[in-house]
Amino acid sequence: MINFSNVSKRYPNSYDALTKVSFTIESGEMVFVTGHSGAGKSTLLKLIGAIERPTSGTIIVNGQNVGALKGGTIPILRRNLGLIFQDQKILFDRNVFDNVLLPLQISSFDPKEASGRVRAALDKVGLLSKEKAKPITLSGGEQQRLCIARAVVNRPSILIADEPTGNLDSDYAHEIMNMFRSFHQVGVTVLIATHDAALLGGSQDRILALDRGILTV
Amino acid sequence: MNVWLSHHFYALLLALKRLSRNPFPSFLSIIVIGIALSLPAGGYMLLGNLQSLSGHISGSPQLSLFLSMDSGSTDLSKIGSRLKQHPQVSSFNFIPKDSALEQLKQGSGLADVVDGLSQNPLPDAFVINAKNSDPVVLESLRSELQKWPKVDHVQLDSVWAKRLDSLLNLGQLAVLMLATLLSFALVAVTFNTIRLQILTRRDEIEVSKLIGASNGFIRRPFLYFGAIQGMTGGIVAWLIIALGIYLCNDALADLASLYTFDFRLQHLSSKDCLSLLLFSTWLGWVGAWLSVTSHLSQIEPR
Repeated sequence: MINFSNVSKRYPNSYDALTKVSFTIESGEMVFVTGHSGAGKSTLLKLIGAIERPTSGTIIVNGQNVGALKGGTIPILRRNLGLIFQDQKILFDRNVFDNVLLPLQISSFDPKEASGRVRAALDKVGLLSKEKAKPITLSGGEQQRLCIARAVVNRPSILIADEPTGNLDSDYAHEIMNMFRSFHQVGVTVLIATHDAALLGGSQDRILALDRGILTV
Repeated sequence: MNVWLSHHFYALLLALKRLSRNPFPSFLSIIVIGIALSLPAGGYMLLGNLQSLSGHISGSPQLSLFLSMDSGSTDLSKIGSRLKQHPQVSSFNFIPKDSALEQLKQGSGLADVVDGLSQNPLPDAFVINAKNSDPVVLESLRSELQKWPKVDHVQLDSVWAKRLDSLLNLGQLAVLMLATLLSFALVAVTFNTIRLQILTRRDEIEVSKLIGASNGFIRRPFLYFGAIQGMTGGIVAWLIIALGIYLCNDALADLASLYTFDFRLQHLSSKDCLSLLLFSTWLGWVGAWLSVTSHLSQIEPR
């Protein structure tokens, strides 16, 4: 469960990214955050992962007050989130397998069990045949799928993606969206920020629309 | 416990991987550390050898007791019996003035001069072997004997050993200062190596933080790296000293044989070697810790 109440975020250059945003996402929901670029979508997602701190208001994620977390407990929060970043943050010095393995190494999985999980995650996103490949040799869509595999390998209860289809053509974009829907179907809370209205499949999806930092829907 | 172990094993493995991935820079830093350590450690080794040498020679501490010129045979026997009873004296030799003159005549090549003397200028003397070789005890024995009647002068033959001893103390101080300075150098070398590593691994650190790595998890491989580098530097220092000893020993043996004694350099004792390795490992760890602590906080994901 994710709960925002009266959350504002002002950056040091006195730019208001979010103003008094309140909403609740129940576990198992699939929610889209929409708005133009600069509307505050990324800021909202970063607040959930404690990558940014709110200027005012409270954010509760899985029962924890994220804004009040001490430095040492932030890693534990992040291990329960699957984060997919706008700039992907793939490590190009290691192969596909090792990129996906990293979250499991961090949460100190048994190596044998870990490699099983990595292969399962790669299989889910259709990259199993490329586990030895270097990320630089992958196409844009494959790189995005690699990011998804890395985000889900820990089996998080919440999956958060910032513009996951940002620079993909529409075929790839739909493929990626279907992947998120399949995670939603097995009970994962999915939160996706996008400016691409064409991705919104139907009326069954809940939408949080942001306009210059203010929640309009 | 298992988790803890696997974390440390992972960090150790990663550190070794990073060390072997850039073998040439790693090799250079290890050599620098090894040379920096070998200077004070080598100095310490030399001092240890000199100390054992001086202990070896002044092992039989001797005093020479010269009687005043007007002493008679009763004075001689009195002093002789007092020396026999003295608890600090293990044995003594009496050297009458005539035989001393004879020795001088034969030994020094001054026979003509000695023959020209109208009377014997040398006093009767006792050569005393003390039981205790401690310089302080010897000194107090000397001043005690000096006060006896008819004793003109008592000379501590191991004075030079005392001088060597204080010289060695000075040397120890110098080695200590050198060690302190070069320890800082070692910490600085490690600090910089780790700083460069952190800068080149910026992305990895950032991503790791984003997906839930604790600071400890990120810091650990760097600490292991610093410690391994320090330890390997210590081993290199040991090898440098061993090589130095090997190269010097033959020449030293030749030199020593000219002075008719047997002398070979000994390497640091196994206890000292262990201290050297532990110390260099610790210094590497400290350098890495300082570096990681001061640079890691600058990498916060945005």
